Amino acid sequence: MTIKEYIPTYVGTVTKYVFIDSPNITPQTLAIRAYEISEGLMVKETCFGLQITGEPEQVKKLIVELRKVDSAHILVKDRGFPPVDPRRSRANLGGARPGYYGHEFECGLLKFVSHGLEELDKKKPKPVPQMSKKKLDQGKLPLNRLIEIISNEEA
Amino acid sequence: MAKVFIFPTTSLVLSDMVERWGHEALGAAVGIREKIQTPSLESPPLQMTPEDPKKGLKYAAVEVPCGVRGRMSLYGPMIEEADAAIIINDSDLSFGCMGCARTNELVMFMLRQRKEMPLLDIKYPETEDEGIAFVTQIKDFLAGLEGENDE
Repeated sequence: MTIKEYIPTYVGTVTKYVFIDSPNITPQTLAIRAYEISEGLMVKETCFGLQITGEPEQVKKLIVELRKVDSAHILVKDRGFPPVDPRRSRANLGGARPGYYGHEFECGLLKFVSHGLEELDKKKPKPVPQMSKKKLDQGKLPLNRLIEIISNEEA
Repeated sequence: MAKVFIFPTTSLVLSDMVERWGHEALGAAVGIREKIQTPSLESPPLQMTPEDPKKGLKYAAVEVPCGVRGRMSLYGPMIEEADAAIIINDSDLSFGCMGCARTNELVMFMLRQRKEMPLLDIKYPETEDEGIAFVTQIKDFLAGLEGENDE
């Protein structure tokens, strides 16, 4: 048996699963939104949502934007492997890969979790616009401008 | 931002909640990613080499099967690194082969041995009301971590 050297790919990147379980948004809609705002990130559409791969900061920014679409029904999770990795992809192995059974179980509970998140959002106090004190010179002619006018008049 | 160890280590819900409220989730994906992004000898699929069960000796005795020790070489350093932990107790999905099952027991034992570490013990929601309680508990727990571990 020969031992080969392992040269990793996608070094320094992160891959995230984005699961969507929303009555209003489909994975396709979310994928289109992701394509619009992803700058050089790899976005793969799946039946349950998306897989996003790229620089950690960029992926984080994209996920913040995607969550705005339907915050309570979008859940995000880390993935160790990049998409389409032959060691893990079901295209090579056949059948669902082992991790999907866990996801399938938790996806069945998402309706309760999403309900909890919605209720939590409802309880959140809405921001009240703060009345600030009016500044003394607000709406008045600035002193510098007055001096400028006087000096122009004198000239 | 605190580092929160999640159990089950592959949990979608916990991973999301921890990151949603501004902390870092330590789970299986983080350890696996580190393994497969490090150059070494080719050992598919998870890049576990014969060195890993040796590293696991720090957490499990030599007579413990190497499957458990190999898994502990992933989870052990993360448990040591964690500032807090969340455990879902009725997580049947994490039960796999005997290696997984015994590793799960050891992981939970190690988490509970760290008395100084904040730990949240919960179970999966089965109704909408339990869903609200589940989310609220996690949010309150994570809110309590803020400020403690900020640099």
